[in-house]
Amino acid sequence: MTDWAVELEIPAEPEYLSMVRAVVSAAAGLDPRLKDSRIEDLRLAVSEATTNAIESHVNMGSSERVTIRCDLREDQVEVEVTDHGEGFDHGDLIPHPPVTDPKRLEYERGLGLSLIRILADEHEIVSDSEGTSVRLVVYTAPTSRP
Amino acid sequence: MPLPMRTLDRGEWVVLQVAGEIDMASAPQLRQRVVALVSDGVRALVLDLSNIGFCDSTGLGVIVAAVKRLRTNDGDLRVVTNDERLLALFEITRLDQVFAVFPDIDAASATAPAAYPGESGR
Repeated sequence: MTDWAVELEIPAEPEYLSMVRAVVSAAAGLDPRLKDSRIEDLRLAVSEATTNAIESHVNMGSSERVTIRCDLREDQVEVEVTDHGEGFDHGDLIPHPPVTDPKRLEYERGLGLSLIRILADEHEIVSDSEGTSVRLVVYTAPTSRP
Repeated sequence: MPLPMRTLDRGEWVVLQVAGEIDMASAPQLRQRVVALVSDGVRALVLDLSNIGFCDSTGLGVIVAAVKRLRTNDGDLRVVTNDERLLALFEITRLDQVFAVFPDIDAASATAPAAYPGESGR
């Protein structure tokens, strides 16, 4: 598979999420080795990362754009979502109560990063006061798994 | 984009059928619809997600909020889906232990709603 990339710059508005999902799914689908289930994993992980990016800009009142770059490489599909928001500290994330605890219903949010960790074969989050970059990788063939 | 939704009565249950994609853009519509139904007195709600093409963590959050809203009003919410992808999502987030999931509307509405007096939020 020849290296190939597509890059999107979107306004930080939720209405663009479905377009991002469609473009990334279509790009990943160009690699015939990638199963539909893995494309779905990537679609959801990218949606989560882009949602966080949009939300970060909205919270700041930023009019800057969010960048989504999708690279098809020899043995993996790589997506990087970059925002210019305020960044966040992983240590600030509050774990959810157990599902058996009625207080679990108090927590509507906070599943996005957990899903990214589960769905992507690799993920890397770099965040500081200038913004956040989330890199997601899905392997195209089982043999490329470490 | 409007989120396609419609309600139908099934015995003592009201079924809210949702189609399309539930994400940050569309989730507020689902949230408002559930709030309106509970305000109208609905206490037994089946959320039919059989025709959902996509649901992310924002959508899951709205479902959790809907469960909470029903239960704090002594009501019950059941979810319908047969979609493997959505079922897997409920499983990995363990939300399948927070609310009951049924394969179709008939199964979801076959038994009386449970009451949740004294549920969280009181």
